Amino acid sequence: MTTIKEKEQKIISDFEMFDDWMDKYNYIIELGKSIPPIKEEYKTEKYLIKGCQARVWLHADYQDGKVIYTADSDALITKGIAALLIEVLSGQPPKEIVDAGLSFIDEIGLKEHLSQTRSNGLVNMIKQMKLYALAFQKM
Amino acid sequence: MNKIEQLRKQFPILSREVNNRPLVYFDNAATTQKPEAVIERLRNYYESENSNIHRGAHFLSQMATDAYEQARKTTASFINALHPHEVVFTRGTTESINLVAHSFCKKFLKPGDEILISAMEHHSNIVPWQIACQEHQANLKVIPIDRKGELIISEYHKLLNEKTRLVAVTHVSNALGTINPVKEIIEAAHRKDIPVLVDGAQATPHMPVDVQALDCDFYCFSGHKMYGPMGIGVLYGKEKWLEQIPPYQSGGEMIKDVSFGKTTYNDLPFKFEAGTPNVAGVLGLEAAINFISETGHDTISSHETDLLQYALEGLKNFDGIRFIGTPEHRAGVISFLLGDIHPYDAGTILDKLGIAVRTGHHCVQPVLDYYNIPGTIRISFAVYNTRQEVDTFIKGLATVREMFG
Repeated sequence: MTTIKEKEQKIISDFEMFDDWMDKYNYIIELGKSIPPIKEEYKTEKYLIKGCQARVWLHADYQDGKVIYTADSDALITKGIAALLIEVLSGQPPKEIVDAGLSFIDEIGLKEHLSQTRSNGLVNMIKQMKLYALAFQKM
Repeated sequence: MNKIEQLRKQFPILSREVNNRPLVYFDNAATTQKPEAVIERLRNYYESENSNIHRGAHFLSQMATDAYEQARKTTASFINALHPHEVVFTRGTTESINLVAHSFCKKFLKPGDEILISAMEHHSNIVPWQIACQEHQANLKVIPIDRKGELIISEYHKLLNEKTRLVAVTHVSNALGTINPVKEIIEAAHRKDIPVLVDGAQATPHMPVDVQALDCDFYCFSGHKMYGPMGIGVLYGKEKWLEQIPPYQSGGEMIKDVSFGKTTYNDLPFKFEAGTPNVAGVLGLEAAINFISETGHDTISSHETDLLQYALEGLKNFDGIRFIGTPEHRAGVISFLLGDIHPYDAGTILDKLGIAVRTGHHCVQPVLDYYNIPGTIRISFAVYNTRQEVDTFIKGLATVREMFG
């Protein structure tokens, strides 16, 4: 199984191809469009992540000791960022997710999305993904 | 060099780059940048005048007290208040409104009474009234707006009644840019002896305000939205109201005599200025007022009107543009959406291009609910913005559309 670290490394090297920010964002947007859709029944208030300027819905399932995430957002950049997190964290055991440092975000130049402004959902997305993992870990 | 270019030179931050591009700052309704004179005033205060005011008999304390009280006079004349003691310094518009919502309502709001606000109010002119109404079993009533983003004045007249204790409306809408007919609103309320509070946070940066001509009972504004420092604001209140309503916060400075049995409150305006005030902020605000006076309201208003017209003209022909709010009389602000593009996506890309705009709900969620939209892209101007910046912004929007359209 590919570990979280290895997946992060893969993304970092993918992003090294881009020498301009626009290509990078175009890639993020495309990535957002490519992830498996969240079930419509989960696009409700209950699955909404608070504190994002764009709406983000996140759902997690626990299958064979692994956490499977799906997400959607009405903003494409936000959805792309959710897709990156899913790429790295989905399909991993809860403990690995809880412990993940996710330093790739900084390394691919998306650190600005981690700032604590009220418009920003990445911090809350990560927090929610880890909370799901923590809950599954205790099961 | 033209006048505006000279003005720009007074704002150090405008020469910086953001994301390797020259900064285009179009988020002035959130806060304006500060001229050298304001920055220098704060620095000078802490370097050579700092002292606590209204107490010590020593030289520095006297000096700081004199400067502070002089700033109150400058502020009073800026809004043409009848007396300097009708100017109370606060942390900002939010605190000014909270003060009135707390103290006025404590004295005058009775069960079954009504407070009348409008549908385009900032959260800071909604929530304090909601809380006051809950506390006093009173009801909050709302003047509706139309699709253009203007108040429906005929509805306002219908809503005014013998139960209305106070009307609280914004002078200029922060989300739509609408300039409300506050004089007409005040006249109508006064015919029924109802006082009016005006939220002037978005008006004072753009137009002269004369509280006596308006005859408003309370007027609130913030320093940081009009080239001054953050953390300083003003509550103007007519003497007769400020005399009648109880203090908001208590402590030092607001008292005359204290014993464990009884405390007598200080005179106006000190009754409402408990604790050590933000002296540096007040002096910075005075410097900002001087900046506005020296620049001249005529220059500010004609230049900003030109920018608004120029931007509206440029945006009008942009494919997929949808203006949110198309008021007859507008100040400072243009809100819009671009096709199905989420404002957050647009804002992120514009930021990459060095262009600062505001996206989101602008603290006016009821307005967005009315239009049934998640947020808008908002550009807002100050006197230092230029047509070239508008051009850069419109080019930026073209990039946004290319990426998401």
